[in-house]
Amino acid sequence: MMATNKKMLEQEPGEIEALLPWHAAGTLNARDIRRVEEALARDPSLAKQYAAIQEEYAETIALNESLGAPSARAMAKLFAAIDAEPVRKPSASLRISTGIAEFFSGLSPRTLATAAAVGAVALLLQAGVIGAILSQGQPGSFQTASLSGPKDTVTRSLGSDGAPRAFVRFVPDARVSDIAAFLDANQASIVDSSAGGMFRVQFGDKPMSRQEVAGLMTRLQNEKIINLAAPAQ
Amino acid sequence: MSAAQAASDDVLIARIAQGDRLAMQVLYGRHHVRVFRFGLRLVRNEQVAEDLISEVFLDVWRQAGKFEGRSAVSTWLLAITRFKALSAMRRRKDAELDDEAANAIEDTSDDPEVAVQKKDTSEALRKCLTSLSSEHREIVDLVYYHEKSVEEVAEIVGIPENTVKTRLFYARKKLADLLKAAGVERGWP
Repeated sequence: MMATNKKMLEQEPGEIEALLPWHAAGTLNARDIRRVEEALARDPSLAKQYAAIQEEYAETIALNESLGAPSARAMAKLFAAIDAEPVRKPSASLRISTGIAEFFSGLSPRTLATAAAVGAVALLLQAGVIGAILSQGQPGSFQTASLSGPKDTVTRSLGSDGAPRAFVRFVPDARVSDIAAFLDANQASIVDSSAGGMFRVQFGDKPMSRQEVAGLMTRLQNEKIINLAAPAQ
Repeated sequence: MSAAQAASDDVLIARIAQGDRLAMQVLYGRHHVRVFRFGLRLVRNEQVAEDLISEVFLDVWRQAGKFEGRSAVSTWLLAITRFKALSAMRRRKDAELDDEAANAIEDTSDDPEVAVQKKDTSEALRKCLTSLSSEHREIVDLVYYHEKSVEEVAEIVGIPENTVKTRLFYARKKLADLLKAAGVERGWP
């Protein structure tokens, strides 16, 4: 028994050695790729084993590819079984989550990156404003939690003071530069995002009359990169 | 599989959960061949493997609402396939499976010894891959053909990640032994 265990232990793969098949298949993370490549460069016996693994990898793929595909009978059987299943009603929460997933999957990577970048900039600006407000009128560099001073709250100071906001949904192929240009031209900033790929956007920093808001909405609806705009709080 | 395809698989599953038949057709079209091949390598019978994929995708239709997206849809499919294959194998006698094994996936090539005589290491390798135990076959296929990570294989097979690594190592050792017995030396181990 002891001898068997010893033999097993001797046969255990090394940490890097055990990862070689995944390296051949290209499914390792960046850190492990680097570790494996460094080990392969300095250990000829490991490199020899890796060559054997690459052969196994290629032949496993060839073998599986040679297995062909199932006949149409399998699909017919499946859909006959599905047709025999009771009809189900979609739930509201599922519809919403599907909508969100579809919206984001439909966006180009560039658009997603823009939205993320715009969101990040908005957060940074917000952080900057909070920092500026907190430091305003505080000559000392040290503050205590019991600091006495103006009673204005941070949130009130950050508020829009009635500046108009709208829910905006951009078209799926909207480009980063288009969205950035739109925000710039309208002195607008994305305040947050909500369900269904909607963004809450604030326009300027001054209140508008009802007519002005209506005009803004009409203008937004006519924007090529926007497919939905509605007034928001 | 790309991240975009994984994301769109998730969308399909959400639609299927709502009873969208078209989404089911798309998902089936996208994955049925790989599911079939994985099942066939386990059960070694085309008829059984075809029945298996119908059962797997019917389970997807029924369980889509419970899919939480913690793993890739393809990983979920392979896990269901494995479970169904093992159940199918349990329903059949081992001897029956062994008899069918040679016929089901057998191609027109020679056995390993003859293949080596022809200096065809490739052919011998494929024969030996077919001769591995089902436990070893599945792990080799999952890593090399289905391109599953250590974590994903652990999830599909239901074993710890370290066991995944050692099991593949021993599968490869066994493969080397089979090749050696067939007269093929590859310099490892």
